[in-house]
Amino acid sequence: MGSSIHAFGDVAETVSVDTSNSQGSNATASTADGVEKAPHPLLEFWLAFSENKGALAGLIFIVIVALAAVLAPQVAPHLPQTQFRDALLQPPVWYADGTWQFILGTDDLGRDILSRIIYGARLSLTIGVIVVTLSLATGIILGLTAGFFRGFVEAIIMRLMDVIMSVPTLLLAIAIVAVLGPGLENAMIAVAIVVLPSYTRLTRASVIAERGKVYVTASSVVGAGLLRQMFVNVLPNCMAPLIVQATLGFSTAILDTAALGFLGLGAQPPTPEWGTLLAESRQFMQRAWWVVTFPGLAILFTVLSFNLMGDGLRDALDPKLKR
Amino acid sequence: MLSFVLRRLGVVIPTFFGVTILAFALIHMIPGDPIVVMAGERGMSDERHAELAAQLGIDRPLIEQYLAYIGNVLTGNLGESFVSRTPVLTEFLELFPATLELSISAMLIAVVLGLPAGIIAAINRGKWPDHTLMGAALTGYSMPIFWWALILILVFSGYLGWTPVTNRISLLYFFEPVTGFMLIDSLLSGQPGAFWSAVHHLILPATALATIPMAVIARMTRSSMLEVLSDDYIRTARAKGLSPRRVIGIHALRNALIPVITVIGLQVGALFAGAILTETIFAWPGIGKWLVESISRRDYPVVQGGILLVATTVILVNLTVDILYGVVDPRIRRRG
Repeated sequence: MGSSIHAFGDVAETVSVDTSNSQGSNATASTADGVEKAPHPLLEFWLAFSENKGALAGLIFIVIVALAAVLAPQVAPHLPQTQFRDALLQPPVWYADGTWQFILGTDDLGRDILSRIIYGARLSLTIGVIVVTLSLATGIILGLTAGFFRGFVEAIIMRLMDVIMSVPTLLLAIAIVAVLGPGLENAMIAVAIVVLPSYTRLTRASVIAERGKVYVTASSVVGAGLLRQMFVNVLPNCMAPLIVQATLGFSTAILDTAALGFLGLGAQPPTPEWGTLLAESRQFMQRAWWVVTFPGLAILFTVLSFNLMGDGLRDALDPKLKR
Repeated sequence: MLSFVLRRLGVVIPTFFGVTILAFALIHMIPGDPIVVMAGERGMSDERHAELAAQLGIDRPLIEQYLAYIGNVLTGNLGESFVSRTPVLTEFLELFPATLELSISAMLIAVVLGLPAGIIAAINRGKWPDHTLMGAALTGYSMPIFWWALILILVFSGYLGWTPVTNRISLLYFFEPVTGFMLIDSLLSGQPGAFWSAVHHLILPATALATIPMAVIARMTRSSMLEVLSDDYIRTARAKGLSPRRVIGIHALRNALIPVITVIGLQVGALFAGAILTETIFAWPGIGKWLVESISRRDYPVVQGGILLVATTVILVNLTVDILYGVVDPRIRRRG
């Protein structure tokens, strides 16, 4: 097993059979008899994926964030909107005047920053899921249509994607929000439109590559209909790059929606969306660094984790990069 | 070569018209009556309303309105701002140098730091410099730059007190803009200290804006270098006994740079998206801040014209990169 190409893990990382075997007991067991017969595709995928320490770290962080988001009422020390009037802009716990009651300090209204970040995770992950689902589903349909019908339909769809791509993402998102009106839902729609071209182009490219293959010809000889060809035969074979793109799409979705929130065009205060948190507390930044630092770190680490995972998935799924 | 350029133009021109339709449609999808919006709080009589509608042509069918709009666009008339009453194009041209100066500086920082980082990572593949640099690059790539800019301000302006937070130059200096580029104008003015003041004001926003392109360039350079380094001609060059410096610096880099240049060209759109945030945070008087403000002021002609002008700039830059790419690499021309 060689080291993977995108290994962004720890400095001291040394990829070897031993480390990947120590990942889990089931992995150890199956690699041993994997010498004789090929392992299950899912297991093979997991072995390739978990070999990349960075990707694994990303996955673990995302699982933690997701658990915190789901269990927010149980794990968050306070409600996100509760104002402790006697503890305004209180510093984090490691300061002399910090307390365990507010581990990461409080904002200008005395709201607990940690609790707001935890409840914000709910929003950011929901935003990611909705934006990725919307854009992926639309992109797949447009890409399949363009790849199967070619000619005029394809030209129209692809030119439309060129138009969307020629406007800088954030500017187009801002313009769409300006038309629809500010708010979290409209911000998500705007971001989903903005990221659409990457899914459409990716689907179309894979569809065109797949259509020339023998299995497609064979099934059309047997009499497979167009819809069956599109969704049952060709689409599953185009999924690998789309899965990678969708993972990376989570980071774009979270970043862009947070940017819109920061500009006052996304989620509106007092919603604890991460970008909105930054915008709200920006004016107190010089007096209390923690009010902007922690929400930003939450965005950075979440986005970084999705990117690490995307890189790992690409290495594990892309046969061209596989040894 | 000519047919290659024509083929590219055949894609670009429909895209441009697509953008005009998009800009036109966006404004027409805004709920509410634009004249009522224009009148604002004051309100207006019904006669004046009808008069204005006729004057602006919004009582005519959409297709006619669009044709009139295209006619205006092609003659450089993008309407005038509701707020300042100056033509949109004039305002754009006035503010554009500030954005250009910021973006070019950011791109320079990104290339100067990103390129060597990618090369060093590629040469030391799998060792600690590779992991450190690529870890840093992926962090930079994931950076919410609106937060990163705030942190830079917090550290360099607040804590260390090294750099100012807003504007392009200290108020102590005043001179007539010649080129619109503060760095050049301050030198031309001959006032001592003016240039340094401009550099001081530029460095923080340019660094914030450079972060993502730098990361992209470093990652691209690394993978492109790795691909080239495994080619046969590199092995030949090594076998000939050329020094590693020469093999990497001349033989490998030259070919590895081609995809990197394309990526730099493609970053122009992303750079502008970043400029919107950077300019808003640093109160940098450029296009990005202008557009965000015009959206919150509901200054629709500026929004419409601004989107069109920015998109056209992006299209033109990408076209130029494409053509340059065709000049540099003859293989591209045939592929089209």
